[in-house]
Amino acid sequence: MKIESPRQQGRHPFPKFQKTMTEVAAPADGHGHDHHDHPSWLAHHFDDAEQQYDSGKLGMWLFLVTEVLFFSGMFCAYVLYRNRNPEVFEFCSAFLNEKLGAINTGVLLFSSLTMAWAVRASQLKQTKILVGMLGATLGCAAMFLGVKSVEYSHKWGIGLLPGRYYVAQVENAPHAETNYLQMLCVIPAILSAVFLLYYVYSLVIASKFHQRVAGPLLVSGLCFFAGVGLGNILEGGEHHDEHGAGSHAHDDAHGHAHADPLVQGVATAEKATVETADEGISFVKTSGGPVNDVAVTKEEEGIPNSKVNNQGMAGLFFSIYYCMTGVHAVHIIGGMLVITWLIVKASREEFHSEYFGPVDNVGLYWHLVDFIWIYLFPLLYLIT
Amino acid sequence: MNSLILADISEGFWFPPAASTFAKQVDFLYYAILWISIIFFIPIVIAMIYFMVKYRQRPGYKGSPEALHNTPLEITWTVVPSFIAIWIFWEGAVGYLDMAIIPDDTVDVAVYAAKWNWNFKYKENGAESPILYLPIDKDIKLTMQSKDVLHSFFIPAFRAKRDVVPGRYHYLWFHPTREGVFDLFCTEYCGDNHSTMITKVQVLSDEKYKAKLAELVKEPEDIVERGKWLYERKACKGCHYAGTEGAKGPGPSYNGSWGKKVPLANGTEVTFDENYVKTSILNPMEAARKGYETASAMPSYKGQLKDEQIDALIAFIRSLESGPARPK
Amino acid sequence: MSAVTSPMTTTVASPDKSPEHHYLNHSSGFLSWALTLDHKRIGMMYLAGILFSFFLGGVFALAIRIHLWNPNLDPEAAWLSNATYNRVFTLHGAIMVFLFIIPSVPAALGNFLLPIMLGTKDVAFPRLNLGSFYLWVTGLLFFTYTLFSSGIDTGWTFYTPYSIESKSAVEAATLGVFILGFSSIFTGLNFIVTINTMRPPGMTWFKMPLFLWAVYATSIIQVLATPVLGITVLLLALERFIGIGIFDPALNGDPVTFQHFFWFYSHPAVYIMILPAMGIISELMSVHSHKGIFGYRMIAYSSIAIALFGFLVWGHHMFTSGMADVTTIVFSALTFTVSIPSAIKVFNWLGTMYQGTVALNTPMIYALAFIFLFTIGGLTGLFLGALSTDMHLHDTYFVVAHFHYVMMGGTLVAFLGGLFHWWPKMTGKMFNDTAGILSAAIVFVGFNLTFLPQFVLGTRGMPRRYASYVREFQQLHQLSTIGAMTLGLGLLVAGLVLLHSLFYGKKAPMNPWGGATLEWECSSPPPHDNFSSPPTVGDPYDFTSVEYDGKTGSYFKKKK
Repeated sequence: MKIESPRQQGRHPFPKFQKTMTEVAAPADGHGHDHHDHPSWLAHHFDDAEQQYDSGKLGMWLFLVTEVLFFSGMFCAYVLYRNRNPEVFEFCSAFLNEKLGAINTGVLLFSSLTMAWAVRASQLKQTKILVGMLGATLGCAAMFLGVKSVEYSHKWGIGLLPGRYYVAQVENAPHAETNYLQMLCVIPAILSAVFLLYYVYSLVIASKFHQRVAGPLLVSGLCFFAGVGLGNILEGGEHHDEHGAGSHAHDDAHGHAHADPLVQGVATAEKATVETADEGISFVKTSGGPVNDVAVTKEEEGIPNSKVNNQGMAGLFFSIYYCMTGVHAVHIIGGMLVITWLIVKASREEFHSEYFGPVDNVGLYWHLVDFIWIYLFPLLYLIT
Repeated sequence: MNSLILADISEGFWFPPAASTFAKQVDFLYYAILWISIIFFIPIVIAMIYFMVKYRQRPGYKGSPEALHNTPLEITWTVVPSFIAIWIFWEGAVGYLDMAIIPDDTVDVAVYAAKWNWNFKYKENGAESPILYLPIDKDIKLTMQSKDVLHSFFIPAFRAKRDVVPGRYHYLWFHPTREGVFDLFCTEYCGDNHSTMITKVQVLSDEKYKAKLAELVKEPEDIVERGKWLYERKACKGCHYAGTEGAKGPGPSYNGSWGKKVPLANGTEVTFDENYVKTSILNPMEAARKGYETASAMPSYKGQLKDEQIDALIAFIRSLESGPARPK
Repeated sequence: MSAVTSPMTTTVASPDKSPEHHYLNHSSGFLSWALTLDHKRIGMMYLAGILFSFFLGGVFALAIRIHLWNPNLDPEAAWLSNATYNRVFTLHGAIMVFLFIIPSVPAALGNFLLPIMLGTKDVAFPRLNLGSFYLWVTGLLFFTYTLFSSGIDTGWTFYTPYSIESKSAVEAATLGVFILGFSSIFTGLNFIVTINTMRPPGMTWFKMPLFLWAVYATSIIQVLATPVLGITVLLLALERFIGIGIFDPALNGDPVTFQHFFWFYSHPAVYIMILPAMGIISELMSVHSHKGIFGYRMIAYSSIAIALFGFLVWGHHMFTSGMADVTTIVFSALTFTVSIPSAIKVFNWLGTMYQGTVALNTPMIYALAFIFLFTIGGLTGLFLGALSTDMHLHDTYFVVAHFHYVMMGGTLVAFLGGLFHWWPKMTGKMFNDTAGILSAAIVFVGFNLTFLPQFVLGTRGMPRRYASYVREFQQLHQLSTIGAMTLGLGLLVAGLVLLHSLFYGKKAPMNPWGGATLEWECSSPPPHDNFSSPPTVGDPYDFTSVEYDGKTGSYFKKKK
């Protein structure tokens, strides 16, 4: 935390200015850029570029803190649930394709690099490189979403849905023939078409500015489909294996129920709880409550699958999976919107060595989004 | 401190009668904090009023704005309250541990909380009752479970409270020391009829308790009486009033509908007869009545009631045709 | 809405009348308010919106009290049905907490005062500031929607699983809370940045007015705690939309986890409500005693201490929920750590009056009422922090009385005091002081009459959120209802006094009370850019050079 504010370093806080008629008559905000010593990029209530930059930076860091805390709620839910039902995580993470996760991790890491480069380019006023790098970041983000779409649609196809809607019958899982993927591709397809038209239009009117904006947008639209293609290749190649992984997971879990002391411990503990509670009292069975799920199905104990493969167990895992990755994806989309805004600003050549705060701050945001993924990937896909 | 004397004098004002061993510690700590608070509060108010009067702005008076800091004073009013707070915490924690650690050799009762009914099942002979009967001078252990949402079990006279959480068992123990009838409340908001989820607890001598249990275990012979007996124990009573014609609880009243056409939520009409009652018990959503769309959904009793019990309930509901007084 | 409520908007700006040129007549028309980036106008719009929400919540409060006049043992004869009563108390709680108290001091008074007290032209991010306001309005709209659909009957705490199965409009309410949360986060973020980077030359951290310290501490809590509320209500909304099951025991989720998540925010939120109120009292006590604040540093540190400790004590809302015994005891111990900084503040405020020159005008009377009520609120917290007594008192009327003493007797009374204190600055009009004092007196009496009986009710075992009650509680409930009516009357008088001043009030001088902070050095109401010439920053509590000028009715600072 800075103890000394820039204004305390001897600069005069209030540059003299004349109240003009235009200012008085200025509608709405009245924050006309009437200060002779205030360049257009410096907001009127700031004294100088440094103060503006510091404010923006501090604001962004605080925002990142709130973002981390926002995600931390879900990380807590993850930890609590994993702690309670470790066998569920073993069972379920086998359904996540770590190849797709790894590809996406690589894509995001690369986008962090391009974003960092973009920040440097903005300071050096290298407009072409800046727009290029922002475009590359945007493209990576789109590719990430493309791969994610394949992942999601595949899971929806075999009923790996959150909580109440979890219906997977893994033994005879129908393969993803439903058109979830096409549904997910509708909006990107429309956007890509719009971007293509926009690009053609920019070529027609031969506007350098519009070309600079439309180019990256079009590329990112195509990147989405590149991601879809890539994901399909990996997921398709995995198709048989995936099924194998599923049944493998059963074998695993099956074995564990007998061998793994952890799982056994959990099972005994659950039984114990119920027994102590049950002393001499025969409970009315509640409908579908967890108490029965865990306790009553004694005859099914030999089949750990049925203990785990239900809405309250695997379904809840997928709830956490979709919430975490879904909220992350929303952040990616949010990032793409602000990067697009940056591309527009950059194409107008607004950034220079004294004014590059927006690029810098969006960069910070982007790194955080990557950073969260770096945690999500191992926690959901890798750890068993 | 002189807690016992205080407790006796003001029992009628602050606390409900003390009827369990917890009351002694809780009341002592309560009165201790009360007196500490008064000892702090009175001087604060006196000082405030005194300063208000003495230093009030008036012609010819000017205050001296020098007193801005006094380290010894400030340390004193930081440290002294700290020690008092530590003591209060300690007393509270000790009392809490007493409540939390369940002794061996207890009289066990299972508590079933459901919207909006309490039902108690005694381990000794499997009897059930909507009112809690307890023997005096025994350690009682309650094993509590909720069928639906959060509830909280509270007997003010025992100073005992614990939430009842669905999907978990919660335990509560206490040691009644006084015969009599006391209030039992639900203190965790649980929906429409939260405020009617109240019943009584009756503490009995050992012989009377035994006799009561023996009486409770016998289900009534008469089929209508059996129906009423089930009505009070299976959480019907919390929603469906069996009395006052047309009285609208969270669910429709049983009274005065038998044999009549009733409108359903799906727009059709159906005759209120044996089949309709049976459907409502087993598949409530299929038989949902018009006008109750925003009320809480009724859970299905499939697998929880035997056919013979459903028959008894039907007989009871049918007996209300002419509208008897509402069972209390 | 504010364009309508302010009588000044129609004034046409005329640059040649420069002395009377101020932020209210700087520009005119609806858009000049709706799209303004001026922190003062945004603050005034917040004020109008917040007072509207307060009125709405107050109507619900009176409905509760009128309903409880009778025991309602026969639901047929009761005024409100149980289901309606549940909706009424839920809306009362949710509106008061999310729409009124949390934004009251920071967003309305804070927005208006913070930049002026800092001697700057605006907050660091004026657009974000306006955005926060519209987020708040959106949240209000969501709540209004619930009001006109099936209401909401879960209690303002949204405890699962009831909130999952309730058939009321929980989705709209949770999304409303989510949006209001972000409004609060952005306001807090804006204030932190403004205070950190835009303090004027000479204003070091320990030369900041205590109101700013309090707002700063509050902002830290807003930024750190509110996101957790955001994700919690988001998960709850998803729970209802797609049944994710994390908090639903029917899907193996855990309702107690929801309570942990919820209170991790909502306990610090209690300090979001009370800290700025404490800041106001610090200002009021010193200005109206015409004496520097006693133990400035202790008050500043205790604000920060409360903010930090406030994060560690959420478990004390859940002592009966079946947490592990060790956890429960640790939370109880931590809870007592918060009591100390609060106690320090009370003693310091009293010390401020000592040997001062105490002006007994409306804001000061409110401040004194605050000390009385807040002390009761704080001391009754001891009963609830101690574990064994809490086992008895938890979820009874004792808790209701306790938090009303803190949140209403504390925050609301301080807010009113602050409103009267800065009213001349905000509107440029003086109010009738005698009538103001009268309102304070009625509020004080009515408040105590409402809530003192509830301590007894709670100790005797009356549970919260009951639409009906056993007959033995009736007399105390009736006392409470009479108190509520008195309180309502007092608030009505206060409202009328302020309204009256808008139309018939004398023009306010620059510094009517003799304050030494920067906001008293610009005209009333302040000009569009706050200061016509740069202010000099000195000690905000140095009253030795502040003198009264009989001719203008204003205090002024002697040049040394």
